[in-house]
Amino acid sequence: MSAHGDSKDGYDFAHPLPVPMLLSVFFALVLLTIITVAQASFDIGSLDIVVVMVIATIKAALVMAFFMHMAYDKPFNVIVFLSSFAFVALFLIFTMSDSKQTSPDFEPVIEEVAAMEVASTPVAAGEPEVSESTAE
Amino acid sequence: MSTIEAAAENAHDAHGHDHDHPSFLAHHFDTPEQQFDSGKLGIWLFLVTEILFFSGMFCAYAIFRMLRPDVFEGCSQFLNTKLGAINTGVLLFSSLTMAWAVRCSQVKQDRGLVAMLAATLSCAMIFLGVKAIEYSHKWEMGLLPAGLYFYDPANPHPESHTNYLFYICLPFMILLGGVVAWLVVSLATRNKFHVQCAMPLTVAAACFFVGIGLGMVLESGGSEHAADEYQAHATTELEQTAAIQLVSSGESEVLESLATESNTGIQSELSARQRQLENAGTAIVQEGDEIAGAIVSVEENVMTQRKAGVFFSIYYCMTGVHAIHILVGIGFLVWLLVRAVRQDFNPQYFGPVDYVGLYWHLVDLIWIYLFPLLYLIR
Amino acid sequence: MSAGSIPSGDQIKDPGYPTASENYLTNSKGALSWLFTLDHKRIGVMYLIGVMTAFFAAGLLALLIRLHLFRPDGAVFTGPEANNWYNQVFTLHGAIMVFLFIIPSIPAALGNFLVPVMLGAKDVAFPRLNLSSFYLWVFGAIFFVGALMASGLDTGWTFYTPYSTTTDTSVILATSGAFILGFSSIFTGLNFIVTINTMRPPGMTWFRMPLFLWATYATSIIQVLATPVLGITLLLLIAERVMHIGIFDPEFNGDPVTFQHFFWFYSHPAVYIMILPAFGVISDLISVHSHKRIFGYRFIAYSSIAIALLGFLVWGHHMFTAGMGPMTTIIFSALTFTVSVPSAIKVFNWLATMYKGSISLTTPMCFAIAFIFLFTIGGLTGLHLGTLATDMHLHDTYFVVAHFHYVMVGGTLVSFLGALFHWWPKMFGKMYSETGGRLAAVIIFLGFNLTFLPQFVLGSRGMPRRYATYDPEFQTLHQISTIGTLLLGVGLLVALFVLLRSLVKGERAPANPWGGATLEWQCTSPPPFYNFERPPAVGDPYDFSDIFWDTENERYVTVEPDRKIAPAEQPEPAHAEGTH
Ligand code: HEM
Ligand SMILES: [Cu+2]
Repeated sequence: MSAHGDSKDGYDFAHPLPVPMLLSVFFALVLLTIITVAQASFDIGSLDIVVVMVIATIKAALVMAFFMHMAYDKPFNVIVFLSSFAFVALFLIFTMSDSKQTSPDFEPVIEEVAAMEVASTPVAAGEPEVSESTAE
Repeated sequence: MSTIEAAAENAHDAHGHDHDHPSFLAHHFDTPEQQFDSGKLGIWLFLVTEILFFSGMFCAYAIFRMLRPDVFEGCSQFLNTKLGAINTGVLLFSSLTMAWAVRCSQVKQDRGLVAMLAATLSCAMIFLGVKAIEYSHKWEMGLLPAGLYFYDPANPHPESHTNYLFYICLPFMILLGGVVAWLVVSLATRNKFHVQCAMPLTVAAACFFVGIGLGMVLESGGSEHAADEYQAHATTELEQTAAIQLVSSGESEVLESLATESNTGIQSELSARQRQLENAGTAIVQEGDEIAGAIVSVEENVMTQRKAGVFFSIYYCMTGVHAIHILVGIGFLVWLLVRAVRQDFNPQYFGPVDYVGLYWHLVDLIWIYLFPLLYLIR
Repeated sequence: MSAGSIPSGDQIKDPGYPTASENYLTNSKGALSWLFTLDHKRIGVMYLIGVMTAFFAAGLLALLIRLHLFRPDGAVFTGPEANNWYNQVFTLHGAIMVFLFIIPSIPAALGNFLVPVMLGAKDVAFPRLNLSSFYLWVFGAIFFVGALMASGLDTGWTFYTPYSTTTDTSVILATSGAFILGFSSIFTGLNFIVTINTMRPPGMTWFRMPLFLWATYATSIIQVLATPVLGITLLLLIAERVMHIGIFDPEFNGDPVTFQHFFWFYSHPAVYIMILPAFGVISDLISVHSHKRIFGYRFIAYSSIAIALLGFLVWGHHMFTAGMGPMTTIIFSALTFTVSVPSAIKVFNWLATMYKGSISLTTPMCFAIAFIFLFTIGGLTGLHLGTLATDMHLHDTYFVVAHFHYVMVGGTLVSFLGALFHWWPKMFGKMYSETGGRLAAVIIFLGFNLTFLPQFVLGSRGMPRRYATYDPEFQTLHQISTIGTLLLGVGLLVALFVLLRSLVKGERAPANPWGGATLEWQCTSPPPFYNFERPPAVGDPYDFSDIFWDTENERYVTVEPDRKIAPAEQPEPAHAEGTH
């Protein structure tokens, strides 16, 4: 990152993207959207989240690289933007892993107790709620 | 030392001349490029803060999805995939027109710029229209954040006294009325500049109602389908559900007899209840829980205030904050549009278009993730 | 070097004094010319007034707390509501000090004034954004006052759930205030990063930047990265209170520990928002007043960045007893030790700078030396707290209170005062009474230690924090602490008096009263409206070899050996015609 004024007198810096490129990026994005929606109707089990996230990330990459001009931007700007994801990852990983570790101690709240006590018929009764963690 | 000073002096000279320091260049910058680079870095940093801002909600999402995948799966059925997909398409298209608008401003196509900005605005409005349908529909069903949640599967469409859709539409109607009035007045007074501004804005404002219409058409088709599918899914486990119903009424022997090795769900219900009983001598009485009796057809009893409620909390937080960003973006786009009509932008000064564009793409980017994460859980 | 007389035959460079129309304080008149100013220096001055007001208010609350604790059963608040009163007072003290004073103190008030001048730029990159940050600060402050007026706040500055979702005090008002202040802080940080990246004049390379700018840069990184998380946390907390979203509220299956994760993900980095600018200030102060090149420039510069980044890895050390998983606590404890390394590097470098320097014991230097003492104690006790086993005992005791006051008051406040005394002549063009300043520094140092040293003992003997009453066995220590507070208060008043008096009676300040080599000393005191008429000649910020004391005029001047200078140095009449 040097200071300003290092290219063409500081006046010619626009970098317009060609229209065909914009259009093809758009169609690629639409195609990927269709694929995500379509894959949702197949049952691919727990892979599901991975697949949608991969597709979403490809879409995000396309938007960033072309619509956001990142492929042609200053490297410093790119680093700045991408590094934010590192911090997000840090935040998510620590917090989630801790939640996972502590969730067994987590007391679920009884739900619909009022109904349980008030109602006398079996149909009208609610039941206690169990968090996923205790079910494991 | 002397060379530095000489260079400095040159720079000073350079902006001493009037033709070199144009009106769009702020006094504390030396060249348009310096100004542009500053703005660009600034907006990238701003986008960084946006990402971290949203990360809090993504984190909440991740934690709850990790802990209660069944809740997410069950609740996701209540989100209309068609509407989500349409909105994704609309936002992607608006991203295209926005990127195109940036190009127009860079090559000094003033008319194209206005057209592209108007298209982007219209898409934003359509997005909001569709969203309005989604929101109002859910509010009527009581699919609300945990504290306000009152969904009742036995009676999913209660007689509603408030017409939420009307209240959402009201400000947009006023807006449309306002722009139309503006257009009429400026047509009458033949103020060319105002006409050029008001015309695209009228189209954009009207597009909100296009979105509403689109949403209504798709919602009526889609929602029934989703509900049917969901119902079918639920009945397969009807037996188990019924068993839980019995159990809950206090017949714990039944519960124990059902809690076979394989039936871990009931096992855990049992253990949880025992823990609860040990922990709390008295039960927590919650206001508004009377509706609980009707959890008949719901599998695993996911659609409760404290389960589905949390999902919908997260749903509303994420999409709500996203929608606020769209609204803010609309504000910026209108500002750009007026300036574009004024022909403010040129190849040396297109920064504002570019910055708003980057913001707009980020809003799109977030939706690209929100859509599969919320709507497409199977 | 500086002590000697000026070598004869050389050329003396001194900008002299500004005229009234150049001086940024007087070049336009009227309240509106201040309220709508885009000049970073005026914005800095407005911030300065703002943060000092906040400091004064929160300081009075602190005094109330300490007076109350003079007796085991509480001396100030009595009656059935006594404990509630106490809760409100310590909460508002903490919240105002953190959000309204410490976080904006050095970066926003002094940073705004100094960053462009030190950099050699005309202004920050986004002057309008800068002004709006200031007004966001004002709005945030109004919200806090609103909370105070409404039903107060008693959650502690940390807003922990589930208490903050159930208490009937004005949590929403206060959190909205903190949310807005967060954006003020973000925009300031953003502005500085861009300014430092793109507004450097020719010759100002990264490694010719004064260390204060490096520290500001590091601080800004944290402000931009961490503060948004506070924003969303507070927003979710408000949503939790309004409609029970069940993310933090256990009654709706939320997890309060998650709130703590969210909160500390911001708030630990935030403590570095508080201390990093102080590091920057001290680096400059020590070097200038020792008249010696800073030792290990690059280490200090890089360690600021390292602290900023490592600071993101340790937030869990505030939650060791909150119910985190055992693995997480161990990881966070281990990581906590890593942050102390760059902090220690700085301390060693400052000491090495002073070693064999020719130290002038001016007021700023007195504060700087006090800082080194106090921060070292504060930082080292942080290690006790970061150690898992000892923290189990010390968590939520007065030991923690003493620790963070040593770093925040002994560190940030003392360096803020040092900075204020150091740059006061530059900001307002007046010299203050050196004796008065030194006296203030000494009283503050003594009063501070008297207040907080006993609290380490109290804490390690088991006195918990945030309690309105205590066992009689703690009385002596508490009383010493209260007396110390009064002394500290006297010291602060003396400092204030010295500074205010200088505005009226002070002598006119020369451009370079201390012999600094950074760019702000090259423009007049106070600086002209545009800082530099032309991009300044940038040299080494810590090279004092050509700065000499001019006994006759009581000022430092830059002396340049007589040599041919590029023709550009003289104004050329032929050229002048072409310019406007
Ligand atoms: C030098 C390295 C540092 C270390 C290792 C450290 C460590 C710690 C630890 C472990 C705690 C938690 C104690 C507990 O609650 O049980 C703590 C609390 C705290 N520290 Fe530090 N610290 C350091 C520097 C700082 C600095 C520079 C600041 C501020 C300028 C600071 C401000 C605070 C505050 C405000 C708290 C208490 C927050 C609260 O609970 O209200 N610390 N520190
Ligand atoms: Cu910490």
